Amino acid sequence: MKIRAQIGMVLNLDKCIGCHTCSITCKNVWTSREGVEYAWFNNVETKPGIGFPKQWENQDKWNGGWVRKINGKIEPRQGSKHKILRNIFANPDLPQIDDYYEPFDFDYSHLQQAATSKAPPTARPRSLITGERMEKIEGGPNWEEILGTEFESRSRDTNFDNIQKAMYGEFENTFMMYLPRLCEHCLNPTCVAACPSGSIYKREEDGIVLIDQDKCRGWRMCVSACPYKKIYYNWETGKSEKCTFCYPRIEAGEPTVCSETCVGRIRYLGVLLYDADRIEAAASCENEQDLYSQQLDVFLDPNDEAVIAEARAAGIPESWLTAAQQSPVYKMAIDWKVAFPLHSEFRTLPMVWYVPPLSPIQSAAENEQIGMDGDIPDVRSLRIPVQYLANLLTAGKEEPVILGLERLLAMRSYMRSKTVDGVVNTAVLERVDLTQLQVEDMYRYMAIANYEDRFVIPTSHREYASATFDAYGEQGGCGFSFGSGCSTGNSETNLFGGNKKPQRHGGGIPIKIPVNVKPLK
Amino acid sequence: MSYFNTLLFGYYPYIVMSVFIIGSIARYDRDQYSWRTGSSQLLRAKDLRLGSNLFHIGILLLFVGHFVGLLTPPELYHSLGLSTSAKQVLAVIAGGIFGGICFKGIYILIRRRLTDVRIRKTSSRMDIFILLLIGVQLVLGLLTLPISLYHYDGANMLLLSDWAQRIVTFRSGAADQIEGIGIIFKLHLFLGMTLFLIFPFSRLVHVWSVPLGYLARPYQVVRRR
Repeated sequence: MKIRAQIGMVLNLDKCIGCHTCSITCKNVWTSREGVEYAWFNNVETKPGIGFPKQWENQDKWNGGWVRKINGKIEPRQGSKHKILRNIFANPDLPQIDDYYEPFDFDYSHLQQAATSKAPPTARPRSLITGERMEKIEGGPNWEEILGTEFESRSRDTNFDNIQKAMYGEFENTFMMYLPRLCEHCLNPTCVAACPSGSIYKREEDGIVLIDQDKCRGWRMCVSACPYKKIYYNWETGKSEKCTFCYPRIEAGEPTVCSETCVGRIRYLGVLLYDADRIEAAASCENEQDLYSQQLDVFLDPNDEAVIAEARAAGIPESWLTAAQQSPVYKMAIDWKVAFPLHSEFRTLPMVWYVPPLSPIQSAAENEQIGMDGDIPDVRSLRIPVQYLANLLTAGKEEPVILGLERLLAMRSYMRSKTVDGVVNTAVLERVDLTQLQVEDMYRYMAIANYEDRFVIPTSHREYASATFDAYGEQGGCGFSFGSGCSTGNSETNLFGGNKKPQRHGGGIPIKIPVNVKPLK
Repeated sequence: MSYFNTLLFGYYPYIVMSVFIIGSIARYDRDQYSWRTGSSQLLRAKDLRLGSNLFHIGILLLFVGHFVGLLTPPELYHSLGLSTSAKQVLAVIAGGIFGGICFKGIYILIRRRLTDVRIRKTSSRMDIFILLLIGVQLVLGLLTLPISLYHYDGANMLLLSDWAQRIVTFRSGAADQIEGIGIIFKLHLFLGMTLFLIFPFSRLVHVWSVPLGYLARPYQVVRRR
């Protein structure tokens, strides 16, 4: 047993209101720079839809993720190591920027500077890559917002596989849900496996997957390898960039920016303990529908004495073990089994999990013609087809998703009778195999969702970072630097990169500083 | 003009080698963040697959060809039964094929870089300069082929390889060997050395980072703090 800890995330889609606050705060913090204008480390998609970048889930098109070979081993779907190196001069699976969108800004200054005219002036779009006029904006990171495209286009969503989808194009039967997406910080990441220069790595102490910006050479194999298309190539620096799980905040015991600012309080962060020795076997299992249960077996029970002893021996700090025992992620994903990995069939063993959304019961069920099953309506009468959710989460296997949805419904039913009718209805709990204690906990965590219950993050530990916190080692050091020793590596004329480019085309807004101001007396 | 010849082909090579090696080490050490391929495939994939593959395969074969051709001592290939004139024919044929592949590739790449507005606007001056320099160097190299065809004895080739071998083994008289050689050869030599001079200051540094180690490492990389 090789025991490690990871900070995982759960998103409760049942409560996501699609406000994009997570995307915007993430953008402001991480990708408001030239070269990554098009990159959204976090984005929110309306499903069903082809998503961002276009059709990212369609691995017949992009060859992301892993594939299991006949001999039972797995290799990146885009090819063996030899094949990846053969394609290094031009990656045949790399999306072009138009598969995301051509980033643009508007000529806002024209609104102020335009000459007097009969019609009001307009701010027309301009490409942030070329600086040229864009006559028409052809796409964006959220082009399908609230089913904003025709059904024919959005029904190319691969989650419609094995579903008679035609009826969902009808107004009466249509359905939608939000899917916020970020890097999954997988246990078996394909991006790491495909990086020829070995610059992408998983941190042992908290499982965060990062790109070493100094070591990245821009071979861009990670971009196509990631089945979630969550690695972005910075066309300005020639390096790949990705979600950092806000590691500087996590190290300080604070939630990621997307989690902190989520107004719907749908995000949870917590420690999971896992056995690294089981990863390969789990990711290589024969039937892709077993990947979900296989991944559950990789995690370890933080209350098990043997696990605790092993974790201590592996040097995991005490505060991390306590955090693992209180982890909301462990409770939702493993204890209650209401959260599921995203597209487990990619074989990446993702670590950002999703609670599937409930949806209105179709009118037929309300009229008591079909589908009411005691206190819980039959989840098959929910507006969002269970098969669709199963395709999204558990490689098409419906049973785990049905149980998860039923438990959510049971929780509602139980709490309704308790608070409205003053009746404790344990029958509904027995049906979904939950105890009273569990369901009250579920209510506390998922309905009330207090800050301190949602985010249980131990701070980075002295045991992990003795070199950093050793004052003698830091004496005379230069603090934070970009890997160039005490030099910033910057000079006015850069020997290695030509002239410095301004931050944006056209530079910033010059601020005039008044000089002849009389000093205050 | 002898002193000029000595400067360009006697001393310049050592200046180039020093800058090439020290510059590369300095950049790797001081400014590794700028050490990358500088791929523009994201912005426009069209033409790149054909152009980039042809160019890279061509230029790698040309590099190996030059390396082996210039630095193999005549005694060695004579002992293997290859006469000087046969080697000359081999060199012209191989150079012609590889050069042709490379030329087709770099033609596509230059056209793409200069005419595609996305690529043009995001190129640095060095990106354009280095590509054009390689293009000119390639054309010069191809122009030497018909000249070599008229000299089956391989005398030029012997002089050039003697020059290269004297340079890398620090023997004197290297520049004198090629004093009388054709202007195209001299230009080709000069530009070839200049490429190595500019190498550390351009995107060419990615050549140092050929990721062959990838084949030997395990798929997953986990870093301890």
